[in-house]
Amino acid sequence: MLKVVRLAARNLARYGRRTLLTAGLIILGIVAVLLFVSVSGSFKGLIVGQITDSMIGHLQVHRKGYVASIDNLPLNLNLKPGQVAKIEQALDGMADVVAWSPRVKFGAMFSNFTETTSVRLNGVIPERETAAMPMMIGRLVQGSAADGLVARGNVLIPEILAKGMKIKLGDTVVLVATNLDGSVNGKTFVVQGVLGDVTGPGGRDGYIHLDDARELLRMTDPEVSEIAVRLKDPGRLGQARTQLEQALSDIRNPEGQAALEVHTWEGLSPFANIAHMIDLLDLFIRIMLVGIVLISVMNVMIMSVYERIREIGTISAIGTPPRRILGLFLSEGLLLGLVGTVIGTIVSLALVYVLNLWPVHIAFARQQLVLAPSLAAADVLLIAGIVLAVAVLASLQPAWKAARMDPITALRHV
Amino acid sequence: MSLVHAQGLTKTYRAGDVEVPAIRGIDFAIDQGALVAFIGPSGSGKSTLLNMIGCLDKPDGGQLRVLDTDVAALDRRAAADFRGRHIGFIFQDFNLIPVLSAAENVEYPLLMVQDWPPAKRRARVAELLEAVGLAEQAGKRPDQLSGGQKQRVAVARALATQPKLVLADEPTANLDHDTAYRIIALMRKMRDEFGTTFIFSTHDPKIVGEAEVVFSLEDGRLIPSAGGIHA
Repeated sequence: MLKVVRLAARNLARYGRRTLLTAGLIILGIVAVLLFVSVSGSFKGLIVGQITDSMIGHLQVHRKGYVASIDNLPLNLNLKPGQVAKIEQALDGMADVVAWSPRVKFGAMFSNFTETTSVRLNGVIPERETAAMPMMIGRLVQGSAADGLVARGNVLIPEILAKGMKIKLGDTVVLVATNLDGSVNGKTFVVQGVLGDVTGPGGRDGYIHLDDARELLRMTDPEVSEIAVRLKDPGRLGQARTQLEQALSDIRNPEGQAALEVHTWEGLSPFANIAHMIDLLDLFIRIMLVGIVLISVMNVMIMSVYERIREIGTISAIGTPPRRILGLFLSEGLLLGLVGTVIGTIVSLALVYVLNLWPVHIAFARQQLVLAPSLAAADVLLIAGIVLAVAVLASLQPAWKAARMDPITALRHV
Repeated sequence: MSLVHAQGLTKTYRAGDVEVPAIRGIDFAIDQGALVAFIGPSGSGKSTLLNMIGCLDKPDGGQLRVLDTDVAALDRRAAADFRGRHIGFIFQDFNLIPVLSAAENVEYPLLMVQDWPPAKRRARVAELLEAVGLAEQAGKRPDQLSGGQKQRVAVARALATQPKLVLADEPTANLDHDTAYRIIALMRKMRDEFGTTFIFSTHDPKIVGEAEVVFSLEDGRLIPSAGGIHA
């Protein structure tokens, strides 16, 4: 086999310029794909990380119908204490779950005594929230965490609100909310911190302590609007969702239907569509790479066979077995792909390294993102495998033609 | 037992609807170790005959046995195997592989056809290049060799696998007379040295005299030869 590969290498070197051009095309294709995969993966990871680690979590459990009317933040669709207890029992038994955070979500009027606006608020248990949302504290652009995140009597407000109403840390504000029975209640809070905006629903919410929220809403029972769940491995999102749904399936409403809904972050954030679009683009660019390798290698191999018809006739006449002629031309295609893959991968890794030395800043929505591209070994191996397989596939027809060539006809070829 | 034995051999080509008989029922026999020439004008059937003896083409009728094998019965793969084991070829245009040196061209059939071990290969290549007087040119590529030197390399390559039979189709057609003579003399020397049977075709009457057995072909038929033995 090695001797066939050596001869194949020499044959490629014979048409040096053509070989370089084809290898160059493959290198270009590989660099384009790997750079796209690394940069888009970094972008996607950054946004998804923000969404899951600072707002939504990987999974959320709601009462049936809550998500459908989430724009109104309906208090009448809160999870009842009995349901919460069963959910927590189910989550306790799941190995995939790291932490979860119960929340009371509601809309309120926000006033600094001179101006008033509306705000969405989350009542949370600070230490539970930061365990389930590890990037939450990192979102604080002003102020700092107290009592785990937000202390009783304090509020964390979104940056857009702080800027728009010129609110500073330590200012006293009033939150007024409509209770479940339709009455209105108000309470003063001290601004403890300002949260940077992130993309997606909940990205511009305020946070108060869960007990403050219940007091403001005059809740008699310890209800919650949702439970946000963090998983050990986000890659097991589907399995964890199924397991949780099965565990909660016996909780029924009076109509005998499942009373609870389990949503993944993808079902709750519009960014999931952008993430799917990125995956689609990723697929398209891989298809383009396959096209580039297929056409360029096939073109070179067809030319190579055509130009060496007499030579093929000679080696066939002196008794070279057809399978060895087939192997010779397949090796040429494989080597072309291999050279392109090795150089293309090295160039890509070097460019990714450079992009980490001089990071790219991009504006997304109201955020400034700093991309830190990286390449997973699995991605590199997959792309390399695709290129090598396509290079061999592209050589197959010309190689087959060479192996099947009639020596007399080939020797007569001018 | 003859090395090559033909009886009632025929071959017809078809050009569209037209049938062109190339070989019209010929009989001959060639013994082991002979230096044989097939002579005749262009289109007389020399190349067709050599192609059939070399298992590159099949007869339409009659019988052709080479090394006691009915070559008409061999399929493509078996024919390639038979050629690789028993027959060497020398071509009019030398047909050396341009990316390989003289030594590597000689080594090619040992490496790609017969899988000889490296040490044995190197010894055989050195022996053959010495025998054809090209030991000094071993590292040169075909484009660095003269026509005569290329054909010497081709002779060495044809003998590399120690075949019983070497077929040379117009081996001197692209060479000047002196060089052509030297190539035929080399074939004779190799025959003497290695006991290999050489069959060559030519339309050059000046080198025919070097052959020990001469078959004259005309319009696909053997005719009595003036200068040699018509077996």
